[in-house]
Amino acid sequence: MPVAIVAACSALLLGVMVGPAGPVWWRVPLALVDHLPFVSIDSGVTPREWIIIWEIRMPRVVLAALVGSTLALSGASYQGVFRNPLVDPYLLGVAAGAGLGATVVFTLNRSGTSSWIIDPLPLSAFLGGLVAVVLTYFVGTAFGGRRSSATLVLAGVAVTALATAVQTFVLQRNTDVIRQVYSWILGRLSTASWGDVRLVIPYVVLSTVTLLIHRRLLDVMRVGEDEATALGTSVDRVRIVVVIAATLGTSAVVAVSGLIGFVGIIVPHAVRLLAGASYRTIIPLSIFAGATFLVLADIPGRILQNPSETPIGVVTAFFGAPFFLLLLRTRQANR
Amino acid sequence: MTSLAFDRVSVRYAAHAALSDFSDTVKPGEWLCLIGPNGAGKSSLLRSVAGVVKHAGEIRVDGTSLRFRSAKRRAQLIAYVPQSPVLPDDMSVREYVVLGRNPFIAHFGQETKHDWDIVDDVLVRLDLSEFAERRLATLSGGERQRVVIARAIAQEAPILLLDEPTSALDIGHQQQALELVDKLRREHGLTVVSAMHDLTLAGLYSDRLCLLHQGYRVATGTAAEVLRPETLAEFYGVSARVHHEPDGTVVVIPYRAGDVSDRH
Repeated sequence: MPVAIVAACSALLLGVMVGPAGPVWWRVPLALVDHLPFVSIDSGVTPREWIIIWEIRMPRVVLAALVGSTLALSGASYQGVFRNPLVDPYLLGVAAGAGLGATVVFTLNRSGTSSWIIDPLPLSAFLGGLVAVVLTYFVGTAFGGRRSSATLVLAGVAVTALATAVQTFVLQRNTDVIRQVYSWILGRLSTASWGDVRLVIPYVVLSTVTLLIHRRLLDVMRVGEDEATALGTSVDRVRIVVVIAATLGTSAVVAVSGLIGFVGIIVPHAVRLLAGASYRTIIPLSIFAGATFLVLADIPGRILQNPSETPIGVVTAFFGAPFFLLLLRTRQANR
Repeated sequence: MTSLAFDRVSVRYAAHAALSDFSDTVKPGEWLCLIGPNGAGKSSLLRSVAGVVKHAGEIRVDGTSLRFRSAKRRAQLIAYVPQSPVLPDDMSVREYVVLGRNPFIAHFGQETKHDWDIVDDVLVRLDLSEFAERRLATLSGGERQRVVIARAIAQEAPILLLDEPTSALDIGHQQQALELVDKLRREHGLTVVSAMHDLTLAGLYSDRLCLLHQGYRVATGTAAEVLRPETLAEFYGVSARVHHEPDGTVVVIPYRAGDVSDRH
């Protein structure tokens, strides 16, 4: 646990230190210390450079950490509650559903709605994500029974395809927002502002706290519905609460960051390999590991193809796809 | 010690009646063994007590109907070992056994030191300490059965339900598992209800047998009273001799019909 916290903090610091423009890297920590209350040291960072650090890099790194931790945490929770190691927010169709929900808001005159007291973007994404996960679950269990891992994933693929198709249809009828939506789909971390952080933080905190306090019950759920019931747990209640919390978190971050794949499956499994299979450890560790992973994954995108950027979804998929195949292979071998 | 009473208990799965109007009273500290052919309703009866399936009629623990108990309270009173328990491959023995403490932990709470102390104590008593950190996938059949019983014991419930506790075990491990249950029963004053296929073992370990057939209770009593060749022929469709040992053990020996005269 301490290792994970240190890793996450180091990744955050590293993320703030590097970038295509701005001060020399080693001056950044000095500047940060300088801006602590009651501390004053000479960091040699100009006010203009400080704006780059504080207004451009910081929100981006903080948002990447929030998005990464939420996706990893939701992925771990879905895996626990569905008793299926192959699912993540992406494969269950949650991300695509949330994407559809967000697209609908974009088509309804985004500039008007963003000034509402409660921004409808995360809520609409949440609704889309929730409909998608419920649909996936019912399709998956109706045809494959509760024990089939593959059917649930296939149902998720079908729901994703459906949501994407509807999204394309909606976009074709609203060609004026296509550009806006596509740049959002590829990941909006590049334009992150403190406003985005403020937008997601209530949802992320609510979802994280809810999932954290359910970590023990996710272990109880691992022995299956019947035995968990006989042990005095209301299985349906746990399942509903965990799915809603994970979907809320996922949808909120999808609404600001676009669709970033594979975080929700690589990170929990890496944690599982390193720290054991109990959700008591997987859940809290996934939060820090997810933050670390996404902040680090965001760095090559920022410096590789300067000045144009590699979308972060490309970086995570680059590492994620082979990892997923490896995971499928080891599971096949274990059978 | 705790009693368990059934008053016209029925279990239905869609149109199929698995158990019909079962009435019986299991005395405090008694070991009742349910016997009967496959599909007789033994598992359904145990599952209804465990709260896994819905039932009609009343099941009373120490006189109070289970309808008036919360799921948590029920689990504090009744520990259930299913026929084929789910043992997650990568869970450790200690992590698995602590699940038995679930009924005592608040919904959002975590295990206390007291819970872990109980788990470690149970592991010592069941001779499982050296396995504490082992992954469940690496255990043998006999060890797995002991771990599942350990979880039930960690539950500290006065009633223990066992569904076919020995079906996956060889003869030596069958005896070990049943001796263990009997020892724990005496130490803790447990009331035990088990379903078993091996009629000789059922008679050997339990205080009383109860024969189910197509969901109905057709006979109950001691091994000598229930295990009779004509009863077995009628309800199991088996040709069997029943042999009474001098120590009171009733042994059921199947034979091949038409073969009897050739035997010496």
